[in-house]
Amino acid sequence: MTGKEQSARPDDAAPAIELRGISKSFGPIRANRDISLSVASGTIHGIVGENGAGKSTLMSILYGFYKADAGEIRINGKPTAIPDSQAAIGAGIGMVHQHFMLVQNFTVLENVVLGAEDGPLLGPSLAKARSLLTRLAGEYELSVDPDAVIEELSVGYQQRVEILKSLYRQADILILDEPTGVLTPSEASHLFRILRSLRDEGKTIILITHKLQEIMAVTDTVSVMRQGEMTATVRTCDTMPEELAQLMVGRKVLLRVKKQAANPGDVVLDATNLTVTDDRGVERLKDVSLQVRKGEILGIAGVAGNGQTELLEVLGGISSATGSIRINGKEVSCSGPGSDAGSRRRCGVAHVPEDRQHLGLVMDFHAWENMAFGYHHDSRYNHNRLFMDNRAIRHATARNMEHFDVRPATAESVARNFSGGNQQKIVLAREFTRGPQLLVVGQPTRGVDIGAIEFIHQRIVDLRDSGAAVLLISVELDEILSLSDRVAVMFDGRIIGERITSETNENELGLLMAGITSES
Amino acid sequence: MNSQMPKWADVALIPLLNLLLAFLVSGLVVLWIGENPLHALVIIIKGSIGSAYSWGYTLYYTTNFVFTGLAVAVAFHAKMFNIGGEGQATLGGLGAALACLSIDWPHWLLAFPVIVAGAALFGAAWAAVPAYLQARRGSHIVITTIMFNFIAFALLVYLLVHVMKAPGSMAPETKTFPPGAHLPTAHEMLAWFGIGFPKSPPLNVSFLLALAACVFVWALIWRTRLGYAIRAFGFSEPAAVYAGISPFRVIMISMLISGGLAGMMAVNTVAGEAERLLIDSVQGAGFVGIAVALMGRSHPVGVLLAAILFGILYQGGAELEFELPAVSREMIVVIQALVILFTGALDNMVRMPVEKLFIRMRRGAP
Repeated sequence: MTGKEQSARPDDAAPAIELRGISKSFGPIRANRDISLSVASGTIHGIVGENGAGKSTLMSILYGFYKADAGEIRINGKPTAIPDSQAAIGAGIGMVHQHFMLVQNFTVLENVVLGAEDGPLLGPSLAKARSLLTRLAGEYELSVDPDAVIEELSVGYQQRVEILKSLYRQADILILDEPTGVLTPSEASHLFRILRSLRDEGKTIILITHKLQEIMAVTDTVSVMRQGEMTATVRTCDTMPEELAQLMVGRKVLLRVKKQAANPGDVVLDATNLTVTDDRGVERLKDVSLQVRKGEILGIAGVAGNGQTELLEVLGGISSATGSIRINGKEVSCSGPGSDAGSRRRCGVAHVPEDRQHLGLVMDFHAWENMAFGYHHDSRYNHNRLFMDNRAIRHATARNMEHFDVRPATAESVARNFSGGNQQKIVLAREFTRGPQLLVVGQPTRGVDIGAIEFIHQRIVDLRDSGAAVLLISVELDEILSLSDRVAVMFDGRIIGERITSETNENELGLLMAGITSES
Repeated sequence: MNSQMPKWADVALIPLLNLLLAFLVSGLVVLWIGENPLHALVIIIKGSIGSAYSWGYTLYYTTNFVFTGLAVAVAFHAKMFNIGGEGQATLGGLGAALACLSIDWPHWLLAFPVIVAGAALFGAAWAAVPAYLQARRGSHIVITTIMFNFIAFALLVYLLVHVMKAPGSMAPETKTFPPGAHLPTAHEMLAWFGIGFPKSPPLNVSFLLALAACVFVWALIWRTRLGYAIRAFGFSEPAAVYAGISPFRVIMISMLISGGLAGMMAVNTVAGEAERLLIDSVQGAGFVGIAVALMGRSHPVGVLLAAILFGILYQGGAELEFELPAVSREMIVVIQALVILFTGALDNMVRMPVEKLFIRMRRGAP
């Protein structure tokens, strides 16, 4: 695809965007490898891929946030340098970010004009924007009250303001990054109507998403990215979700873990009808019920953001939910007093959070202080009711660091100074050595090097074999497949399917992850 | 905290450079009003640490700043910016005065614990309301504590004018405390050991209490489970919640301790020095505490050293005003403000270049 030479063509036939051989590395991680892409003018082009496949990096290069290490960008056939977002706007590119960039206490009109005022006086710009907004409202169903204050608007409307901002800056190319992640289904379908009418007016749209139905519903062509590479570009009408799912997940080398067949015992975790509503009133976890038995690993697969984090936080006692949780047959609270993380630990729940730097560790604490974190009430770590036994903690730390091969094994170092993998080992050492009855673990090997991955996987299996119930949440499908005995797939806050690991495969799970059940 | 700089640079070099800058600019100010800055410096140093007499005053001020500095430092560890030391110390004065006036104390040793408890309790109570509003309602502690300073002052004025004023007196102050509530001064205490010390400096037994408070805060923050929870919360609230630490509890307890420490300042000023409750016994020490805590890096040893420095500035400044009439009271305040400005607010101005220097030096080295 890369070596293909394009002969000179008239300008109007030139693709709106053409990327040639784009590469970008962050240290040892190659986020984009030799990517070439051509998007015809007046089309909607979808880009799909798992988290970390390189979609966002590629778009950030196109929008001038990052500079590519190699490669060329052509806009409407002309080679264009995009050193910053101003240049991108100048080249007619507009971007609607996943997290909106709006001033909350400004009105719609003020936000649209912000940064693109015509002069020192606001009046003329605002008047111009107002007439444009009225025009666009009719043309594209983009109606928003120009005088409404952003914080009073729903998310769907805020997104329209983002689109209007780009149009006001005369964007011909619109990039939307996961635009439906925050929308309700009806808001999403309205967005798609807007996108179609924009396309019919000749605008070019790039839609980044991991939801295959959306791709099928709205795009003309679609590209699949995997591990930093562009693996395929096809016409949407020539493909099927099944094919895209397969391309997305791919066939990666499986790191097989040495493990015996599971020997499940009594039910340790019995959760029923867990529902989590966030502070905006959106249900993040919907009626989730699951059981984990002693001596088995239940894997939760799914694309990030489909409720796994919320599930983990409810079980770990960080956020509250409705529903019921039983641990070893004993009811524990899901909200209010007794639902905090300390109470969970007293029930024998160990929690390895998804985000170790944010939750699992205090980055400014020494390794030894982190080793007692969450267990600082333990009698072994305290002289009496008041004073902690720092020497005992240091001893335990030295022992745990050796067992878990933390490098450097210096208890006096601050957590921040360890590499990601070793930070994770500190967390794991702390949680695993308590002999938990239930381990809930999220993304155990995120950002961890290959050697450590194997080590961590082995430890999780060892813990299972010693009689713990393990709930494993990961966005890495091969991790789920190689570790778990059963797999549940989460999509849109629900568990939409459960399989025995030995009786399923990546393709089946990949489809479930994309929200495609065999019934539909 | 960061790996860019050796610890000594962080703890000693940067505060020293800050101080030097502050003195340099102060020197220019003195020069500008037509006095010799070096001469002024000599007066400040002689007047504050040149004799036992001047030490007696310097350490009296130091005592105040240790209490208010520790108060700010404890709250800092929980990432609470308690700038209500002024109001908490004002209320502490009320507590101390009520304790002194409650009965006719037979001996100061009996009165002392009650005075300390009264001062701490009232100070803590004054911090409790802003703490609760922060913990439960999210009202910003900076706003609420500063507002409570004004309320405290107004409350005290009301009480002194209408309720607690000594009968027949024109001044808004209570009657003098009973002799049994008199706290021993440095002169009296050193006399027990046969050591001579001038009679007039107000330095008293509260200084020892301040030193004890330093040890208490050190043990609290770095040796107890509560201190562990406070620091964890201060560094990262989400992580603290993950560890089962209750943010409400940490905010309340750390602010109560903070308010209590600020209130204990009154043991020194109200019970130790004035021996009656005056309308303005705090005199800005609550705010100086912020600079002391900043300069002392919220560590008790650092707080003690910074408090001594500010004690020197206060006492030396008073001497300067006395010796050089051209340097007015306001000029002294300007110099003190400059020190606070350079050590507190402009800390990063010095820190960044020094950090860069160390990085460059490290790169230069093999």
